Amino acid sequence: MTITAHPEVVPRQLTTTHAASDRIFHGAARTVGLFVLCMTGAIGVFLGYQSIPTLRHYGLHFFTQTQWQPELDHIGIAAVLVGTVEVALVALVVGFPFAFMVALFVSDYAPKRAKSWLVSAIDLMAAVPSIIYGLWGFYLLMPRATEVARWLSEYLSFIPIFKVNTDAHAAVWQQSRYTSSVFIAGLTVSMMTIPLACAVMRGVFDQAPAGEREAAMALGGTRWGGARMVVFPFAKGGIIGGTMLALGRALGETAAVLIIVSPDFTIKDRILEAGAQTTSALIAGNFGDATRSQLSALLTAGFVLFLITIIVNSAAAVVIRRSRSGALTEI
Amino acid sequence: MAMTEESTTTARGAAFPRTAPGALEAVGISAWFSGTLVLTDVSLSVAPASVTALIGPSGCGKSTFLRILNRMHESIPGAQMAGEVYLDGKEIYASGYRITHARKQIGMVFQKPNPFPAMSIAENVTAGFALTSTKLSRSAREEVVETSLRQAHLWDEVKERLTRPGGALSGGQQQRLCIARALAVKPRVLLMDEPCSALDPTSTRRVEETIAELSPQLTIVIVTHNMQQAARVSHNTAFFLAEQGTPGGIVEQGPTRQIFNDPSDPRTADYVGGRFG
Repeated sequence: MTITAHPEVVPRQLTTTHAASDRIFHGAARTVGLFVLCMTGAIGVFLGYQSIPTLRHYGLHFFTQTQWQPELDHIGIAAVLVGTVEVALVALVVGFPFAFMVALFVSDYAPKRAKSWLVSAIDLMAAVPSIIYGLWGFYLLMPRATEVARWLSEYLSFIPIFKVNTDAHAAVWQQSRYTSSVFIAGLTVSMMTIPLACAVMRGVFDQAPAGEREAAMALGGTRWGGARMVVFPFAKGGIIGGTMLALGRALGETAAVLIIVSPDFTIKDRILEAGAQTTSALIAGNFGDATRSQLSALLTAGFVLFLITIIVNSAAAVVIRRSRSGALTEI
Repeated sequence: MAMTEESTTTARGAAFPRTAPGALEAVGISAWFSGTLVLTDVSLSVAPASVTALIGPSGCGKSTFLRILNRMHESIPGAQMAGEVYLDGKEIYASGYRITHARKQIGMVFQKPNPFPAMSIAENVTAGFALTSTKLSRSAREEVVETSLRQAHLWDEVKERLTRPGGALSGGQQQRLCIARALAVKPRVLLMDEPCSALDPTSTRRVEETIAELSPQLTIVIVTHNMQQAARVSHNTAFFLAEQGTPGGIVEQGPTRQIFNDPSDPRTADYVGGRFG
């Protein structure tokens, strides 16, 4: 069939007349939305502008230099960037199974009454200030986690990341070699990322189509079978996206890390060994007594962190939106 | 209806033992949703290898009753039930009778087609095996896929694209895919909850052909709003009714021909005569 042209027929412009209340609300909502965008943009522009002197002075060395010694004019973020990523990855590896299983339990296994309690408890976890987690991590977790770290390094030190440069069989256990490490900081940060990841995952698990769940059940499937066959494929985007949002959160976590780690500006993969530094902890720790040029350097570090988190969060948003579950869930 | 421990009487009047393979019997079924009684004291015997239609106006508890027959009712929060359901003489609600086993034996097709959209057509058919972690050899799998799709009258339409996603089929094809999926695990009984209510006439005819071809080997219980369909496909019919403010129940049951041509209850006559509902 051919489509004959009708040049005289053009699509009509449709106009809609809205009520005044609609127009006012629409305008207000749009203003607030734009304001949020502008704020984020302004932060980026401010940080970028402040970074210019530093980047001009140090050039690419800023990204390859590991030391942060302003008095010697050695300033770089190579070590802190690695530390930042390491802490975030530890938080992710520890937090993911936790968040995933709790989300699945809440959405598929928990009795109705327990469900609302659990949801509130998890949300409460997100509301605890990070400085409290830092204190918890330092006073409660650290003395115990060093035992775990020692065990890991004793039995798994053939894997480079579990190696600790100390004698595991020394007469007196060198506990201090295992404190203030990436591992312990990561454990603490995971406590803060779990509620975020869990909330996103629970949201998409709950959205899994009831019809498909019933189909799985009616075929004689167990709950786990149904979760595997219906819930996980459906929620894939939410699982990945929620995890990446948690990663974004972990990358920027400051207070808890600042309390726990002891600054160490070397690039190392030995996550159980004492000493680490992350970008945000670096900024928070040096901000108070920084000179003008040091401040610019710190803001440059902040700019890099800002860019990384924006990239991670945007990627998470894209993953969530492209998935089938994301099309139904606004996160 | 007279019932003894050893044998029970069908709506047709022919006796068959309760323990006959594929015999399904519900005794004194009541159901509640959040404390509200919606179905009361329903008993129904379904002869092996027969088709039983459940008819009645909306909200009379037909679907609830159907979902009690394969323990799907209890998956709804707040849903409760009373009574007993026997398959091959064994009580499927008895402690020690695994719920997954009950559902495997008593398959179900839902009103709304619900294939697994991310899986291929072939994977959809064998989903029951994957769900219960039953391993199939490649040749067995291919055979199950072809046999089940042929039984559901879908094979000719999809044989060239078995690896395409099941969600891409038309609504009628999806429903037949769901039937194939339910048949693949070789259930003793197949429950169908208004399987054709969302289907085009062609797909409806295919589904009815499937029902007719399967009934010599499979016990089928079908809920339908379409009385012509009930008359066409079923041997026996049970008429459900929930009168104003009262829970639903069976008004009359018997051979389909008798229910449609010579009902003993005036309410049945009014319903099958199209005077209400």
